[in-house]
Amino acid sequence: MSDNEVAVTKDAAAAVDAAALAALHAPVPETIADGGPELVQLLTPEGERLDHPEYSAYIDDLTDDDLRGFYRDQVLIRRVDAEATALQRQGELGIWASLLGQEAAQIGSGRALRPQDYAFPTYREHGVAWVRGVDPLNLLGLFRGVNHGGWDPNENNFHLYTIVIGAQTLHATGYAMGIQHDHAVGTGDPERDAAVIAYFGDGATAQGDVNESFVYAASSNAPVVFFCQNNQWAISQPVERQSRIPIYQRARGFGFPGVRVDGNDVLAVYAVTKAALNAARSGQGPTLIEAYTYRMGAHTTSDDPTKYRISAEVEVWKLRDPIARLKAYLTASGKADPAFFEDVEGEADVLAVRVREGCLAMADPAAVSMFDHIYVEEHPLIEAERAGFAAYSASFEGGH
Amino acid sequence: MSKLTIARAINAGLRRALESDSKVVIMGEDIGKLGGVFRVTEGLQKDFGEDRVIDTPLAESGIVGTAIGMALRGYRPIVEIQFDGFVYPAFDQIVCQVAKMRARSLGKVRLPMVIRIPVGGGIGAVEHHSESNEAYFAHTAGLRVVACSNPEDAYWMIQQAIACDDPVIFYEPKRRYHEKGELDLLADAAPRALFEATIARPGEHVTLAAYGPMVKVCLDAATAAAEEGKSVEVIDLRSLSPLDMDVLATSVEKTGRLVVAHEAPTFLGMGAEIAASVSEKCFYHLESPVIRVGGYNIPYPPSRLEEEFLPDLDRVLDGVDRALAY
Repeated sequence: MSDNEVAVTKDAAAAVDAAALAALHAPVPETIADGGPELVQLLTPEGERLDHPEYSAYIDDLTDDDLRGFYRDQVLIRRVDAEATALQRQGELGIWASLLGQEAAQIGSGRALRPQDYAFPTYREHGVAWVRGVDPLNLLGLFRGVNHGGWDPNENNFHLYTIVIGAQTLHATGYAMGIQHDHAVGTGDPERDAAVIAYFGDGATAQGDVNESFVYAASSNAPVVFFCQNNQWAISQPVERQSRIPIYQRARGFGFPGVRVDGNDVLAVYAVTKAALNAARSGQGPTLIEAYTYRMGAHTTSDDPTKYRISAEVEVWKLRDPIARLKAYLTASGKADPAFFEDVEGEADVLAVRVREGCLAMADPAAVSMFDHIYVEEHPLIEAERAGFAAYSASFEGGH
Repeated sequence: MSKLTIARAINAGLRRALESDSKVVIMGEDIGKLGGVFRVTEGLQKDFGEDRVIDTPLAESGIVGTAIGMALRGYRPIVEIQFDGFVYPAFDQIVCQVAKMRARSLGKVRLPMVIRIPVGGGIGAVEHHSESNEAYFAHTAGLRVVACSNPEDAYWMIQQAIACDDPVIFYEPKRRYHEKGELDLLADAAPRALFEATIARPGEHVTLAAYGPMVKVCLDAATAAAEEGKSVEVIDLRSLSPLDMDVLATSVEKTGRLVVAHEAPTFLGMGAEIAASVSEKCFYHLESPVIRVGGYNIPYPPSRLEEEFLPDLDRVLDGVDRALAY
């Protein structure tokens, strides 16, 4: 090879490098309209069934009852959500974090879990709580301010809500490491093998804890599925603030697979989550799922999204509604008739009344109960303060 | 004179700092278009640009850690922590890095940064949104810690904190953000130094020391006590590190009694340090033990119980009565 040829080759390599670098440094589009070519989708926004070479197989065993159940779950939790928002507006809840628009991501992933699996939620996983059997009224306690959650996580293998962003992903990873230590991975026994699912949002991907959980899960090959609901907004910050590449692609850098799924397509979410959970239970380690969805409402009832995002974006996502598309599919395929949809609406009405009445009936806890459950074993300072508080409170009785 | 809320006063102070020093930058979550969840930075990004009012990714350790880097490069970063309970992911950066950089470099490095934290309860929030964590930071050598209680102080203290060449933890009383007060936005200089305590209400019989959101409760308590013939001197500490022991000791030597009130649990809270220091300095003047009125030694309770947890006017008066009973 002559010097000239070497120079030409070097130039060509440099040109390729420059192009690759330029691509890497290209500005991130303001919004990625459709989730990109790698989006796994089994149901279009119009309700058409698509085939996917890898994931179609995971919904083959779903019965029509299951499909109607996915619909029912979504409608019911949306109604709970709407009722909770109304209760907050009426002063019955301090705050509410709405899941509006994310029903398919939560129901699809939650329904892919087996009873022995364990879920670690953020504070917005009302749909996952629902499918795990946590009563919606239990969720309301935290938002009403009568407790900090308070349900027994082991009753439904559904951990308490975690408000500090991303912290639960490490807990999920550690829990999965415990499952490994218990030899409850890769035995082939479907009743024994277990996995963990860690929920978090696009904003959380910036947190150290989340990145550390990826490292730990990869290092120990823990049976954990990282389920990121990319709802495009972390309060006022678009997902582009947190990541220059699609979130699912980050998994590669940590050494495990990542997949982007249409988060508003309950069938695709179910299939992708089931595949990832199967892999985890069988000993193949973690997967990152990016459920590409949209936060239709405010971050919480304290937030005002009109200050930072345009309504046209919300309108685009309305056309991708997770419930409407499943209804269209069930109707067109003859898997559900109008009577079914009416029944679900009726059931939602009843549930909404139960949630409202249950919320209004939720009494404030006795003040002295704030000294309960701080420690397992007796603590002298707590006991002294409890006694002091009781005496002080009693001093007001009989007129002050 | 203008009438501003505490939130607007801090906003005005930040604006003045951004105008007067091109090295001042603000960093935090949702501080740009949204103006922060409490709207304290409202309009600043629009007027000073995204390079100076920086919306960060959602990672508190990252905010503080990169602010350190900005400071090392010659900037004066102001960090906004969204809620008191969200400062803990940045705890390592603050305690191990911010606080110690000066000493580790044998004085060659300075970190003129301000970490703003909305503090305390009383807003009916869910957990992690009502913490009083000042003692952690006041306990950490290398950090200065201040707490404003009214709009005038908010306006001046934020500017003084930014001008300070040491790192300052700047506590903002979140349940008082919307309370109004008079101040002169155009004055040339602050009415008093940053690390000085002030006598918020003079009195004779007992000294009542507080800071941040509890100052108003104590002023109200003093008014109520006056109706019963008890003259209470209220001190707004303003600075928690350093503590202005001169103002405290002078007052206690006059009254002979001291009650310290804060929202944080009393166990190892600011009141514990103040009680110990005052006992050492004013032992022969004290007519009673130093009384602490504070939160209980429990995690901040669910919001429906916070009124029982937070020291209110009655609890402060009870503390005053206990001091006067000796």
